[in-house]
Amino acid sequence: MTEAKPGWRELPFGAVPYKPSLEYHTGDWGVERPDFDLEKCTRCTLCHFYCPEGAIGFDAGYPEVDLRFCKGCGICANECPVEAIRMVRKG
Amino acid sequence: MREQRLLGLNGDEAAAYAIKQVNPDVVAAYPITPQTIIVERFSEYVADGLVDTEFVAVESEHSAMSCCIGAAAAGARAFTATAANGLALMWEMLYIAASLRLPIVMAVVNRALSAPINIHNDHSDSMGARDSGWIQIYCENSQEVYDACVEAWRIGEHLDVQLPVMVCLDGFTLSHTMENVQTLSDEAVREFVGERPYIKVQGHLGEAEFRLDPENPLTMGPLDLYDFYFEHKMHQVEAMEKALKAMPQVDEEYAELSGRGYQLLHPYEMEDAEVALIGLGSTMGTVRYVVDRLRRRGVKAGMMKMRVFRPFPAEQLIELLKDVEVVGVLDKAMSFGAPGGPLYEELRTIFYDAGRQPLIVDYVYGLGGRDTPPRLIEEAFEGLMEAKRRGEVVERLNFLGVRW
Amino acid sequence: MSAAITLKEAVKWPDLLASGHRLCAGCAEPIIARLVLKVRRGATMATTATGCLEVATTIFPYSAWRIPWIHTAFENAAATASGIEAAWRAMRRRGRGPLAKYEILDVIAFAGDGGTYDIGLQALSGALERGHDFTYVLVDNEAYMNTGIQRSGGTPYCAWTTTSPAGTVIPGKREWKKPIDEIVIAHEIPYVATVSPAYPLDVMRKARSAFEVEGPAFLHALAPCCRGWRFPPSKTIEVAKLAVETCFFPLWECRVEDGRPLYKLSPPSLAIAKRPERKKPVEEYLRVQGRFRHLFRPKRREDLIDNIQRWVDRRWGMLLEKAGL
Repeated sequence: MTEAKPGWRELPFGAVPYKPSLEYHTGDWGVERPDFDLEKCTRCTLCHFYCPEGAIGFDAGYPEVDLRFCKGCGICANECPVEAIRMVRKG
Repeated sequence: MREQRLLGLNGDEAAAYAIKQVNPDVVAAYPITPQTIIVERFSEYVADGLVDTEFVAVESEHSAMSCCIGAAAAGARAFTATAANGLALMWEMLYIAASLRLPIVMAVVNRALSAPINIHNDHSDSMGARDSGWIQIYCENSQEVYDACVEAWRIGEHLDVQLPVMVCLDGFTLSHTMENVQTLSDEAVREFVGERPYIKVQGHLGEAEFRLDPENPLTMGPLDLYDFYFEHKMHQVEAMEKALKAMPQVDEEYAELSGRGYQLLHPYEMEDAEVALIGLGSTMGTVRYVVDRLRRRGVKAGMMKMRVFRPFPAEQLIELLKDVEVVGVLDKAMSFGAPGGPLYEELRTIFYDAGRQPLIVDYVYGLGGRDTPPRLIEEAFEGLMEAKRRGEVVERLNFLGVRW
Repeated sequence: MSAAITLKEAVKWPDLLASGHRLCAGCAEPIIARLVLKVRRGATMATTATGCLEVATTIFPYSAWRIPWIHTAFENAAATASGIEAAWRAMRRRGRGPLAKYEILDVIAFAGDGGTYDIGLQALSGALERGHDFTYVLVDNEAYMNTGIQRSGGTPYCAWTTTSPAGTVIPGKREWKKPIDEIVIAHEIPYVATVSPAYPLDVMRKARSAFEVEGPAFLHALAPCCRGWRFPPSKTIEVAKLAVETCFFPLWECRVEDGRPLYKLSPPSLAIAKRPERKKPVEEYLRVQGRFRHLFRPKRREDLIDNIQRWVDRRWGMLLEKAGL
């Protein structure tokens, strides 16, 4: 089902976007996701900085991936200095 | 009405003087003949501390408009001035300024477009930009240039409008010709223009004023595809319609202040006119002179000066011209390959289903600054009278003052 | 101060380019943008030239930007930024207007190689000459990727693109990569640096330096593009690192002091300068990218690989000289 789009009178002035991209989930783009081995993880945080999506956070003190946005590129797994990340099938 | 001071100013100086009084936040400009006096005078105002504007001497007109867009998006009042090829170089940015709904003010000192290169006046530059989404005001004399450069801010920034405004003045004819100009005091001008108001919008992170605001961020100029672009163009359609209503409001307020009343259209001797010329800019002074002369000879001649070409005051034109027998259009620009000049085409279009319409003849004239003396205007009126006698137009498209 | 930036701290700082953008999986551009934005000092505004970063982050009605952001056109990021900066400067001076209260405003212009080396060079030069206080971030993926991988002035020698195809007669782009950094430095602006997404701390420290200097700052970021350079998306950082390790894209910063450019190599490149045996052959960088495949297959083009190696060596040597090493 397609969502009905607003008519021109309902749209904000000046063509300003009115939805944050956080409402647009890109998690279904890829088929893989990172799987973290927290035993191996040294909390170096590199995966947070390398993630093009900003989908890896350390709020809990260890890496967590937000699967709503992970596109499965695999940079994190490729770059983890201690090989604590491997890519696994989503779902 | 406020006290005024009479100054001797040419058109460029009148623009610069008005902008000095407005004291906008940012002026970004690049020199081009015959606009140079505007930037030179303004630079002097900056150098002498008469304004505290940030003057950005950009490296091109494209950057002049880009800089104005950046500044206006950041909430500033921004002004620039250009002519001909400079306007052409800005082309891309003209559409962007209007589509981003930024009320920039620009003086366009009308000059012929290259090639061959020519520095003199015609309207091919601003007429080419007629679809860019800018409001266009055409001036007859330096007084009108001054007044329009004050009024333009209130028009463009009107909350129903929020569009950029071009103040068009004929190169050399106005830009370099000294005239008496009644000027308001700096205080009166600043009071009149006030502070720039901002529209409230609902952005992706919440409500915000429509400007780049670090505390309430907005995204301006997104990628807009087939699912939304058309709707956004409707906003511009609506803004132009609303400008037709907003401009008379501003004119009225300005008239109270200055004693000079402007309208979208300035009819002259039109009450009983059988033949009339319609046109824009400084030539209308010559037309007025010729109308007076013809009237003395008993010819029922009239003139319709269009001050505002965008938005196009269609209803008002129909009302004012429907009873005239023959209307001649003075087009100082040619639309190559088209049935006629831009004003001619639009005028004929609005009369197609008006029920009652005059015969309409096009006179393309003055290209590249070709002189247009009263004799040529009379020639045009003779053509109109001939059409009136015959009850038909023989040549729809005429070139006035060209050698055959 | 820039020295205080650590990964441990920076991981806590908010991302001002949000998730949900639609850049390709494995794209280097959001990595760079996130890093640069993390170290903004306070009030920030950005303009972005037409390109991948611009279109993929703002597909209406969505936006990924958490700072005030504007796109106007392709060739004028520097001019648009000039206007923003001029507005702020005017309001500051007057003490009125909505930006008057911001003592600091980091104005950033993001632009790609097309928008910088080619169509935007004039606007950039003008803005640098006028000395606006802004940071220009060149996100260099070495071709017009947004329009489908066409060659730009930033495309390296021999690289395949759709307008410099590797044919049977001509082996990819015939011209060398334009020395944009030297062109920028010739404007005698206070700060120029190269950055690579492979070295996040270096990016953040340099971005902070760029914000802190008064006047124009220029960050040249290499942005490997998996689609255009033809490598798997997981290899973006690996490729970015190889560019530095082979000295194809060395990392350095240059401050102009008393009118003299003072170059300083950044740690990854300084390490190579000190231990030259660590400098990898450029072939290692070329090999992993499909855009250079014709240098190796169907037959190895030793001549071309040599040309590239000589170019790298010459430029690296010049850089060492400039850095007094």
